[in-house]
Amino acid sequence: MKESINKFPLRIIAWLTYGALGVGIIWGLAFLIRLNGPVYFFQAIIDGLKLGFVYALIALGYTLVYGIVRLINFAHGDVFMVGAFASFYAITRYGWGFVPAILFSMIVCTILNVVIERVAYKPLRDAPRIASLITAIGVSFFLEYFTALRWVFSPDFITYRRPFRVMAWNIGGVTISNISVIMIGITILLLVTLQYIIRSTKMGKAMRATSLDKPTARLMGINVDGIISLTFAVGAALAGAGGVLYAIAFPQIWTFMGLMPGLKAFVAAVLGGIGNVPGAFVGSLLMGQLDVLVVSFLPMGSRLRDLFAFFVLIIVFLVKPTGLFGEAMVEKV
Amino acid sequence: MKLKSRILITILLIATLAVSGCELAQSKTLNIAILGPLSGDVKTFGESNRNGALMAIEEAREEGMEIETIIEDTRCDAQEAANAANKVIFEDEVKFIVGAVCSSASIPISEIAEANEVLQISGTSTNPDVTINEDGSNKEYVFRACFLDPFQGRVMATFAREELEAETAAVLYDVGNDYVKGLAEYFEEAFEELGGTVAVSEAYTKDDTDFSAVLGKVKDAEVDVLYLPDYYAKNNLIAAQVEEKDIEATLLGGDGWDSPELEFELFEGGYHSNHYSPADPRPVVQDFIEAYEEEHGAVPDALATLGYDATKILLQAIEEADSQDPAKVKDAMADIEYEGVSGEITFDEYGDPIKSAAIVEIKDAKPEFHKFVSP
Amino acid sequence: MKRRGNTLPSWVLTLLVALGLFLIVFIAEVTGIISRYWYQVIQLAAITAISALGLNLIYGFNGQFSLGHVGFYAIGAYGSALISKDFVATWSGTKVGALSWIVAGQLGFLLTLLASHWLHIGTIREAVSTWMGDDLPSHERWMIVNLVSLVLVAIAIAVGVVAAWQLKSVIAAILGGLIPPLPTKLGQRVIFILALLNGGTLAALLAYIVGLPLLRLGSDYFGIATLGLAIMIYTALQNSDLVIATMKGARGMVGIPLLSNWIWVFIALVATIVIMRNLIYSSHGRAVVSVREDEVAARTMGIRVTRWKALSFAFGGFFAGIAGGLYAHLYGFLHPSSFNVVKGFDPLIIIVFGGLGSMTGTLVASGLFALIIEGLRVVLPDGFEDWRFVIYPILLLLIMLLRQEGLLGTSEWGWLKAPAPPERPSATPASGDDENMTKKETRE
Repeated sequence: MKESINKFPLRIIAWLTYGALGVGIIWGLAFLIRLNGPVYFFQAIIDGLKLGFVYALIALGYTLVYGIVRLINFAHGDVFMVGAFASFYAITRYGWGFVPAILFSMIVCTILNVVIERVAYKPLRDAPRIASLITAIGVSFFLEYFTALRWVFSPDFITYRRPFRVMAWNIGGVTISNISVIMIGITILLLVTLQYIIRSTKMGKAMRATSLDKPTARLMGINVDGIISLTFAVGAALAGAGGVLYAIAFPQIWTFMGLMPGLKAFVAAVLGGIGNVPGAFVGSLLMGQLDVLVVSFLPMGSRLRDLFAFFVLIIVFLVKPTGLFGEAMVEKV
Repeated sequence: MKLKSRILITILLIATLAVSGCELAQSKTLNIAILGPLSGDVKTFGESNRNGALMAIEEAREEGMEIETIIEDTRCDAQEAANAANKVIFEDEVKFIVGAVCSSASIPISEIAEANEVLQISGTSTNPDVTINEDGSNKEYVFRACFLDPFQGRVMATFAREELEAETAAVLYDVGNDYVKGLAEYFEEAFEELGGTVAVSEAYTKDDTDFSAVLGKVKDAEVDVLYLPDYYAKNNLIAAQVEEKDIEATLLGGDGWDSPELEFELFEGGYHSNHYSPADPRPVVQDFIEAYEEEHGAVPDALATLGYDATKILLQAIEEADSQDPAKVKDAMADIEYEGVSGEITFDEYGDPIKSAAIVEIKDAKPEFHKFVSP
Repeated sequence: MKRRGNTLPSWVLTLLVALGLFLIVFIAEVTGIISRYWYQVIQLAAITAISALGLNLIYGFNGQFSLGHVGFYAIGAYGSALISKDFVATWSGTKVGALSWIVAGQLGFLLTLLASHWLHIGTIREAVSTWMGDDLPSHERWMIVNLVSLVLVAIAIAVGVVAAWQLKSVIAAILGGLIPPLPTKLGQRVIFILALLNGGTLAALLAYIVGLPLLRLGSDYFGIATLGLAIMIYTALQNSDLVIATMKGARGMVGIPLLSNWIWVFIALVATIVIMRNLIYSSHGRAVVSVREDEVAARTMGIRVTRWKALSFAFGGFFAGIAGGLYAHLYGFLHPSSFNVVKGFDPLIIIVFGGLGSMTGTLVASGLFALIIEGLRVVLPDGFEDWRFVIYPILLLLIMLLRQEGLLGTSEWGWLKAPAPPERPSATPASGDDENMTKKETRE
């Protein structure tokens, strides 16, 4: 052990920095609230929350599939788009209600995703991981451009008829609509169900085992292929529900709608530590807040939003290289 | 090994087909290329534009002109557009191009067209760079049928200030779309020139669906008018959220609103500038709308109308020049006096149209003619 | 430059093939056998190949999964276009304004890097950390260490900025004296080369700066971080008119002189191949590949993993930048939408399609890629234009399913193959039957 140094000045410096940071954050928040008034601030927070839940719905499916097969499933956003269209046809063509429509699109997406998995990913299970990434991109392109043909879904921007009336409550100037409430409710419901399945059922146990070590899981008598298909099915069901809720929140559907939300939700999932379900949820909420707050408060924020948002992502990576809740992992492509 | 060679052979076959497939086209028929986004996320705009153009060509065929059309996809992308233009010019030996829809596609096409003396007329590309070179000189072979951004933005700003007596305005625009951005910029400029204040000017990107943050700003500023210069598709989405946010401002827009797909209830009481009014009693307008409805089952939108007019102008110029030589047709086009669906069109020295604008009001969930504004 | 010995025959053959290709395209264009359309498509394929080779260096040889390659391509395109456009029009006053600004900026950048190197930030951090020992709680120690490095980084940046500011006028004077007296044609060529190199180095510097901190991330996290970088660059380009008016942001940059042609593109492609080939089969190259194979083992063998990762990332970025510059001067018009994230998948698709870690594969795949995309345009009948991007992903899927390792796996052809060890000259020189002689590298 070497000589003890006079640590007092150093501690002062450290705590002064902490103090400055703390004061800075509080002052910043106070400044933001004062800048346009508290109503504006809290409205922004609420809007960000809604957007965050939208991202969470997509991110959950992404992170689930990634956790089990380590595949960045770029087609997820397009499965989500198919879910939105399925519910659109159910509601406008067949006059179904909200609950049957959401179930219908979950089923459609499940079937679609299992087929995709069989055709495009399963034959490549033993190939380098990048091969299935490329097929995922291929599937994504195919779904986007094929459904944009006039006789499939058509390339039009279609207005989505909401299956229920929009209501809004005004709480001290801050508006909250029933859409936000439904979004948040259903997302939390799905999140809890998902956590329950993963943590407390036999199936979930098998999923976790598969995620940890496929050969060993196989030796333990787990049907690995079955579990992987199942994972894709569950992920697709989430995407289907997400598609419906997204279309209800932002009532317009077109065949490229899955691209950007998919990308952002995926980044949100990575932000939280990909493969980690609660992490994806928190990452999405953060991403939603970031998107709205940047636009609301920064000068030129609406023009440079993505620049700021992804800058924060990179900063987070520099501090926490595996995302906010990710475990350190050693793996190779 | 076998598999690999088989794939290679297949691909080589495709290649041979590709090269040999373009040996035709050697007759005296008139070749016209129609370029526009026929895949990708704005495919629907490209299809409307193509439908309009094809209708004009169909009419000319009925009058006895022999016309061959070559349709190519530009995907609203500079590189794709340049490749498509090269293909129709050098492979299919086309001398006349209608298109493209997006300015980002029309500019590279216009440079190739100008360099190779191929006549281009775009229906919808509003960027000044389409018809003017970097150094301010004119691209002689390039024309367009639509307004430039400055005119439309100014018309609506004047209308908002003088007729609606608006004091404050908010503007939302797509930062990646030069058409929308151009309208927004010129609206802002004119509105402030006329003594109003633009309280909010915010951007979004084409993939955005959530406008709560920007609309939060609009609501906070309590503006009189909200200018939404984008196409109907994005505006439907914005207007739905405007309603949810309870924003009282009068909605204003540009010719992008002109579509049967617009959700008229959401825009009740709004105004937009347009090339023509669907209620215009002129037979050329009514015939066009009727014919289009018959063929496509919908009222034409601005893109179809402009595609139709652009093609009509081209055909009329060819007829007046009585030649298929682009150099002669270009001179005829420069002096043309065309009476079309989107009004009477003559060209200024840069190949930009001089025509008046209509202001259309959304009343009782349908568009209604309000008044004409001359340039 | 190249090793003599038994590689000579394959070297000659490869050279002949390359020259043959060059002449075929050149003569076909001059005599009008292929139209301008295919001529341009061939050039585009070669440009894509340069960019994809860069990504292959990063991902195929060094094993760093990057989704942001298109960002460097964009930087190269805009960086070089600014300079050559400045030469025909004006941007910052003088004819060499943009060039001197960008060169000075890069030198300043380099100086910042060098300064931070001289300041030994890593060593100082460690020293400070050990000096404080266990006397302080770990979070306080972390804070102090970071404060110290912040100060050091600030010094380094200050050095760079001041130097760049001073250098700018000097460089402007030198260039102003050198370039204007040249005859116009020659001057144009010189400017073009300078512009291309500038685009490349700009991209390389950015790659290096971003790569240093980010490359310690796990592979997928690095991929996402680079994806984020590409989106940041895309957003910045859309708003570039806020800073530099002639870049015109989302309106698209016009007026770039059309200086690229097949000769330039071909020279650049050959140069890229030669540089890459010689890099990969050098001892440095083995270091690069060893990082891909096993990072921990490489580190234990004394290879500076971070350095080689950052350097190959920078090299890859450089090639992408050069490709971007050639692209800008081939089409003469730049629009941010040409550099969006989805476009960024193209080089990735190409290198996987051709075989990761195979230069020959990348070259073949680039050609096929252009052939498929443009060939479909010609082959599809009227009314089926929108099927082009339906058929393309189906082909992509089929090829990936049938050839999981890509078209060529990791095998190379001709001169691009790894040279035989020089100290053990084999009795029979390599014959023409290359495909069977290919050594399969073992990869995970």
